[in-house]
Amino acid sequence: MEENVVLTARGITMTFPGVKALEDVDFTLRRGEIHALMGENGAGKSTLIKCLTGINDFEAGEIHIAGIDGPVKNHSTRDAQNVGISTVYQEVNLCPNLSVAENLFIGREPMTAFHTIDRKSYNKRSQKIMDDLGISVDVTQNLENYSLAIQQMVAIARAVDMDCKVLILDEPTSSLDDEEVEKLFVLMRRLRDQGVGIIFVTHFLEQVYAVCDRITVLRDGHFVGEYPIAELPRVKLVAAMMGKNLDDLEEIGKEHENTAEDKLEISAKGLSHTGTVKPFDLDIHKGEVVGVAGLLGSGRSELARAIYGADKANTGSLEVDGKSVKINQPIDAMNLGMGMLPDDRKAEGIIQDLSVRENMILALQAKQGMFKPLSRAKQEELVDEYIKVLQVKTASKETLVKQLSGGNQQKVILGRWLITQPDFLILDEPTRGIDVGTKAEIQKLILKLAGEGKSILFISSEISEMLRTCSRMAIMRDGEKVNELDHDLTQESVMKAIAGGEQNND
Amino acid sequence: MTKKSFWGRLTESGLLLPIVSLLLVMAVNIVFDIVSGNNPFNFFMITLQHTTSNGNVLYGRIIDVLNRGSEAAILAIGMTLVVSSSAGTDISVGSVMSLCASFCCMLLAGYGVSSTSTLAVPLIVGVLGGILMGALCGTFNGTLVAYFGIQPMVATLILYSAARAIGLLLCNDLIVYVRNGSFAFFGSFLGPIPTPIIITVICIVIMTLLLRKSALGMYIQSVGINPRASRISGLNSKRIIFITYIICGLFAGIAGIVASSRITSADSNNIGLYLEMDAILAVALGGNSLGGGRFNLAGSIIGAYTIQAITTTLYALGVSTTQAPVFKAVIVILIVAMQSEPVKAYMKKRRLAKAAREGGAV
Repeated sequence: MEENVVLTARGITMTFPGVKALEDVDFTLRRGEIHALMGENGAGKSTLIKCLTGINDFEAGEIHIAGIDGPVKNHSTRDAQNVGISTVYQEVNLCPNLSVAENLFIGREPMTAFHTIDRKSYNKRSQKIMDDLGISVDVTQNLENYSLAIQQMVAIARAVDMDCKVLILDEPTSSLDDEEVEKLFVLMRRLRDQGVGIIFVTHFLEQVYAVCDRITVLRDGHFVGEYPIAELPRVKLVAAMMGKNLDDLEEIGKEHENTAEDKLEISAKGLSHTGTVKPFDLDIHKGEVVGVAGLLGSGRSELARAIYGADKANTGSLEVDGKSVKINQPIDAMNLGMGMLPDDRKAEGIIQDLSVRENMILALQAKQGMFKPLSRAKQEELVDEYIKVLQVKTASKETLVKQLSGGNQQKVILGRWLITQPDFLILDEPTRGIDVGTKAEIQKLILKLAGEGKSILFISSEISEMLRTCSRMAIMRDGEKVNELDHDLTQESVMKAIAGGEQNND
Repeated sequence: MTKKSFWGRLTESGLLLPIVSLLLVMAVNIVFDIVSGNNPFNFFMITLQHTTSNGNVLYGRIIDVLNRGSEAAILAIGMTLVVSSSAGTDISVGSVMSLCASFCCMLLAGYGVSSTSTLAVPLIVGVLGGILMGALCGTFNGTLVAYFGIQPMVATLILYSAARAIGLLLCNDLIVYVRNGSFAFFGSFLGPIPTPIIITVICIVIMTLLLRKSALGMYIQSVGINPRASRISGLNSKRIIFITYIICGLFAGIAGIVASSRITSADSNNIGLYLEMDAILAVALGGNSLGGGRFNLAGSIIGAYTIQAITTTLYALGVSTTQAPVFKAVIVILIVAMQSEPVKAYMKKRRLAKAAREGGAV
């Protein structure tokens, strides 16, 4: 084994029914490095990680870990922990109603001579662990009192304290704001300097360049290459991930035609939903892409939900295509030509145990009514068409949608709505957790739909992608629509509008 | 893709294990008959027997299984839908059967009459009345589950305990006998074939047609898997759950009429007793998850007949009525374990290992 190497994986191969998820993949992690694992959705990142942590049972290949003779094969996450591999996921898997200290030591509490839990010593030890890592918390407080970032750091601290040599961070930054991300990075660097090997999975390119030392790129289940960070500039990374040599994002560019027509598609007056969004006015023209910007929890999703009837509006009036309408539930909105891709794909998007075909025709079938079933031939024709248009990667139409990667699941839901030929489409975070290539595809699709005279309400956490597509932006803050920007749209102007007059530091 | 073999389709449809379970029970019969020196295929023998009341009728163990299993099979249809849509079970169906039987007999005999040979109202009124009573009970259950969000077990517990009592109330605390040939028809024979078998077939055909010719099946599964996502996609999740409970009640009504017709009376205390458990077990034996979502109607029906086949087999083996449940339990444990995930995973591993040993491609 090469010196300083803590983990090597060689020739890892893993098949899911009908799909080769990994084929002959190599991965090498050294002591004291932060190693980015990059690839588009479905490239095999999660599968590889699950092979390392014992969740997946890979078919061929070997994993070696420094200090252990012979290949290691983990059969559970506990096995993995025993050989020094710990994982921290995007969703924190800790108990929010226990104290920080309890979370650190759950399952391995220090005991007194009488076999009771030694609270005093473990609070002390916990405090020391956290202080050593430079995380300022009171370990006796319940975990839920702290921000998600701190919770994540506690999860990391727990992993590190369990003597881990390899720390896997799977999309840890997805729900963090910039400041929190920076704090996480400080912690990561500190751990690196202590000699921990860190595998970092993320979709944010900037973050890769901010903390990583090395990058391994996967594509379609194959190993593309391993590069020191300095040798792989951003454009080359994107090209390696996508397997092509052009930057699709550049191609869209900042300039886009404003396709808005004069006629109004949607006109909301004083619409509100008690407790989530205060009364707002919003007009959307035919062929227009309107963005909704704001922090997470600012009411940007709720604004869309009130229009669509996902949360029935308590006050106000709504006109669709010039006619006053009443929407009590989503099907009413759909019958008026609307569609909504919700932000929480798992909870409100996919029907996990139904096939790709059933998932895609669901909305159209619901619109047609129970007693007018689409013929199987018609279903297959529609589904084939949109699988092609959206380039959904699936083994077959009858594959259960839960077996697809996140990005492809998102495309299936997008297909579900496109099949209904909507006039007005709400897209709530359509690109969250999706790779760069698919992001660009979705942005292009939005512009194409607008070009066809359809209206789009586009909600995203990434201002840059809204800048690329929207001609107007509604700004949300604390459940209220505070502003609307229609000219001079720049990252800076939008950020300023979101932040408002006073500086917000928490 | 190559055309799938019959075997491949069977495995994929999820019917393999339910069918194997049923075959297993049949195999026990064959072994028993061989050991006791009978014709090994006694179980499958169908003969014509002459009866004084119905002329020549079909007779044999397999006919007995199909006939006696009718009520459970009919209940299993509705139960499958309820389980799928709401991830819960309707435990009231047995009691509802009894209530429907009582209501039907009360209509046919007239209130307060304990025994009659002439019908007070046309037969069709009594029968439809009984079935509609089932639908009404289903509506009640469905309202509680779908619109009040009460857990299915708790919501249906109400009628589970109350329905029988309501039935007794309707019958003035009497066992009402309707000794009329036309009413006895539903529990006896149509030509040589037991009527319950025909009624069950009709129920299955109607339900299958409804599932094939409408989108109901997809709606129910979609709502069962993810009600929130289904709603966003335009389904009225609550209404669909509500409908499945009505259907379940309706079938309980039909089963109640059959059970009552068999004994030409409304015996509130015994009709449908513990049958809700058989219906739930049938759904589980059919390979359906009681956690809701995807369902397999054919599996449930096979499951219902498997349960009856076990019972009939035990009686044929000479096991006493009082001890039968013990043996039944043992067999059910075996079948359920056979379908459990760890066993399935183990079998798969063995298959793969075998394939690897033989050097064939997996």
